[in-house]
Amino acid sequence: MNKIYSNSKEALEGVAFDGMVLMCGGFGLCGIPERMIDALKESKIKNITAISNNAGIDGEGLGLLLETKQISKMISSYVGENKIFAEQYLNGEIELEFNPQGTLAERIRAGGAGIPAFYTPTGAGTKIAEGKEARQFEGREYIMEKSLRADLSLIKAWKGDSEGNLIYKKTARNFNPLMATAGKITIAEVEHLVEPGKLDADQIHTSGIFVQRIIKGSHYNKRIENLTTRKAND
Amino acid sequence: MVWSRDEMCARAAKELKDGYYVNLGIGMPTLVANHIPKDANVILQSENGMLGMGPFPIEGEEDPDLINAGKQTITALPMTSYFSSADSFGMIRGGHIDLSILGAMQVAQNGDLANWMIPGKMIKGMGGAMDLVAGVKKVVILMEHVAKDGSAKLVSNCTLPLTGAKVVDMVISEYGVFEIVDECVKVSELAPEISIEEVRDKSQAEILS
Repeated sequence: MNKIYSNSKEALEGVAFDGMVLMCGGFGLCGIPERMIDALKESKIKNITAISNNAGIDGEGLGLLLETKQISKMISSYVGENKIFAEQYLNGEIELEFNPQGTLAERIRAGGAGIPAFYTPTGAGTKIAEGKEARQFEGREYIMEKSLRADLSLIKAWKGDSEGNLIYKKTARNFNPLMATAGKITIAEVEHLVEPGKLDADQIHTSGIFVQRIIKGSHYNKRIENLTTRKAND
Repeated sequence: MVWSRDEMCARAAKELKDGYYVNLGIGMPTLVANHIPKDANVILQSENGMLGMGPFPIEGEEDPDLINAGKQTITALPMTSYFSSADSFGMIRGGHIDLSILGAMQVAQNGDLANWMIPGKMIKGMGGAMDLVAGVKKVVILMEHVAKDGSAKLVSNCTLPLTGAKVVDMVISEYGVFEIVDECVKVSELAPEISIEEVRDKSQAEILS
């Protein structure tokens, strides 16, 4: 089976639809699937439920899909630094479900691993616990959280081969490997696409079984949200 | 005389012991890293997927694929490792991190913490804060003693929505260091020339000497 698509638009064909649940990798703007987000914007698919740690910023990342009002619900842990999101939220145009970041990660991991729900101490005794089953284990309170799956996962890796094996770079890994496992269809975009055997099999982070389609992306913006530097002699 | 922000950070850094794995929150807690004693080997975790966080890069050496949880550019160290968000919060929730220093809007005398939302205002989200306070072995709060509007932040009961219930172990403010023991606030250290009466005056929680 050929997993390689020549561009992001072709990769999206037949797998994106109105009302779909989307997972989108990245932490802030680090490790986001830039070219697949472009293609999704062009597709004009709407009423998307987007599961992503953040909502991008104005003009970048998922911020692009907010501008076109393609997202109707976000499941995230942090949505600051995004004026369009704040506006749409306050107008009631977009629904928002906050998840603690670790709970969000584990819900996705569990979804990909066939675990329907799990108990976590995170959020016990807070608003997050409202309406959720609570249970004591060894004298401590835990709440039940359900797993998450998506119709489509869009992820970004540094290197990949034609089988869909992936290697991520530095902190651009973040949510990408978990989301790869939890999508009914996962599309990976990579900076370097190589032949099988060119990646060290011991160093592969995501096995090709989790990736149905792969493209080589280009012209990455990799915008830095918060450039912080020090003087050379510090 | 109350401590300056720099002195507060320096005092907080004394809680970072040799061999500790530590997660520093966004804002003032990040600055604690500048005061880590040179002879202490403290390993900083960043919840977006990095253990062994180095200093900010020299201008021109920044890498967009290498950021901390505050989305600031940072650098790696020879001992650095990277991992996914699920592994990162496994470390946090699983009790492998020794200490976390975070900011707060309110801390109650039973250790309840509120630091993520004000009802009626645009909420940015809790990020990793709820997981950190639920999983890290020791939670230290570094905060101004009183809110900008003059209201007490060290209170008998939090009125704001909680980040975690009974999770705070220690509070460091410009007035001193306070430990939460058996649902009471106990003074463990005061800033120079600060009296316990002054602290009581600035707090709504019961303060024990």
